[in-house]
Amino acid sequence: MKRMHLFAATITLAAATLGMTTAVQAQVSRGALMATTCFACHGTDGRSPGTMPSIYGYPPEIMMHQLKAFRDGTRPATVMDRHATGYTDEEIRLMAEYLSTL
Amino acid sequence: MDFKMNRRDFIRAVGAGGAAAALSACGTAPQGPRRRTDVVVIGGGPGGATAAKYLRRFDPGLQVTLVEPAATYYTCFASNWVLGGMIGMDDIAQTYGALQDQHGVRVVQERVVAIEADARRVRLAGGESLPYTKLVVAPGMEFRYDTVEGYGPGVEGDIPHAWKAGEQTRILRDQLRAMEDGGVFVIVPPGNPYRCPPGPYERASLVAHYFKAEKPRSKVLILDRKEGFSKQGLFMDGWRKYYGDMIEWVPASGGGLVDHIDARTREVFTESGFTRHRADVLNVIPSQKAGRIAQEAGLTDDSGWCPVDQLTFRSRVDGDIYVIGDSSIAGAMPKSGHSANTQGKTAAAAIVREMSGEDMLALSTVNTCYSLVAPDYGISVAAVYRYQDGEIAKVPGSGGLSAADAPDYVRRLEARYAQGWYDSITDDSWG
Repeated sequence: MKRMHLFAATITLAAATLGMTTAVQAQVSRGALMATTCFACHGTDGRSPGTMPSIYGYPPEIMMHQLKAFRDGTRPATVMDRHATGYTDEEIRLMAEYLSTL
Repeated sequence: MDFKMNRRDFIRAVGAGGAAAALSACGTAPQGPRRRTDVVVIGGGPGGATAAKYLRRFDPGLQVTLVEPAATYYTCFASNWVLGGMIGMDDIAQTYGALQDQHGVRVVQERVVAIEADARRVRLAGGESLPYTKLVVAPGMEFRYDTVEGYGPGVEGDIPHAWKAGEQTRILRDQLRAMEDGGVFVIVPPGNPYRCPPGPYERASLVAHYFKAEKPRSKVLILDRKEGFSKQGLFMDGWRKYYGDMIEWVPASGGGLVDHIDARTREVFTESGFTRHRADVLNVIPSQKAGRIAQEAGLTDDSGWCPVDQLTFRSRVDGDIYVIGDSSIAGAMPKSGHSANTQGKTAAAAIVREMSGEDMLALSTVNTCYSLVAPDYGISVAAVYRYQDGEIAKVPGSGGLSAADAPDYVRRLEARYAQGWYDSITDDSWG
């Protein structure tokens, strides 16, 4: 749970910097909500406890590139091709940016 | 920190637990007794557990109480793997320690006897009442006993449904183990809609896997009230490949519609009672409706399930109540553990945003459902969902089934990912 504390601290700091009163809005952004759907398979915060690949902390450009490659079929996949086709460029960017902060 | 305790809540807290308890509401201890609660979550399955965890993640200032009668929750998903002899009961057991200790959810091991919506409180079997600002209802499903005559709660000990995992899973596994070689295992799947659409067919597969190794003259007979089923082509290809003619599926039109059973003799009667099948082990999975507490609280419609605003999962009956998981009517989403997990996050986000005066975001939910045809042969169905024209719809062009012509190494990978999915989703819900 060190991770959670660190994350909460980061959010609080960010919120304080922006002069916001709470950290709430910072975390339930569209990118965050979409990215939480990844966590069911890839682990909370993208940290997989098992055989699924972890997806946290990648630079957003790399994550965007991979998701688009799944989407257009240039990167072979078992299931990620079927997921990536459900998202627009903009949504992929929002998720990739959020995942890069974890 | 602002706990948003108004005068009424304060009086309620004092009335319920005395001044000392009320004071503890102002402290920071996560498990103070009878402190004021912003959100109460009923049900500790994948939907309720995920909602409780993500409410606290999205807003660490929220007071969240999860009410669940069992200390250990056995996941229905992966329970077929126990029947196939691949894993043990302990491998599908989930507990609530992490939610309480790491996520600051107050976990109350109790049964809910009533939702008193007018007073916005939940009454527990032990006599305590939990006031709420928002309530999440995630009670899973309940059986309807009106489709297969002769089957009911009284015979479940002998004829397990094994569709709520735990003791029922153990009973069915032990009956399969005790069965002699050459026996017939009969599965009677439910009518639509029901929890885990591919589940009965994964069950047939993995029991056949067990028979093939231990009791090779035995047979699996599926007497179905439907004309087709989830991942049908993929399952049937796998059955031919691994089990030859060991598994027989009979659709309703082919004589599969069960009229009644005789629990004492394990006889199953189809075609208006004119055809009799003798089972050595009989598994009747009844048709289903929303969980008991949702029925009793009047959150259901004529279908027996709970209508919700499919953007937020807010009940159409009561604006302070959210219904997620099996009990909810969720458009194109199937009733699955993965759906419940993703709906728990959606409801958590909707509640947190509403409590801070913000509109809900665009909905984004997913479902990935793995089934094992054999321990090293996995298949899946996946989808991404959006809110469109008032309901949850699949994003056109997304999702679908594993490729019909996928090579064996892809099936092996998917089997490996099925286990990985289990490890991740249980960690994401209860960890």
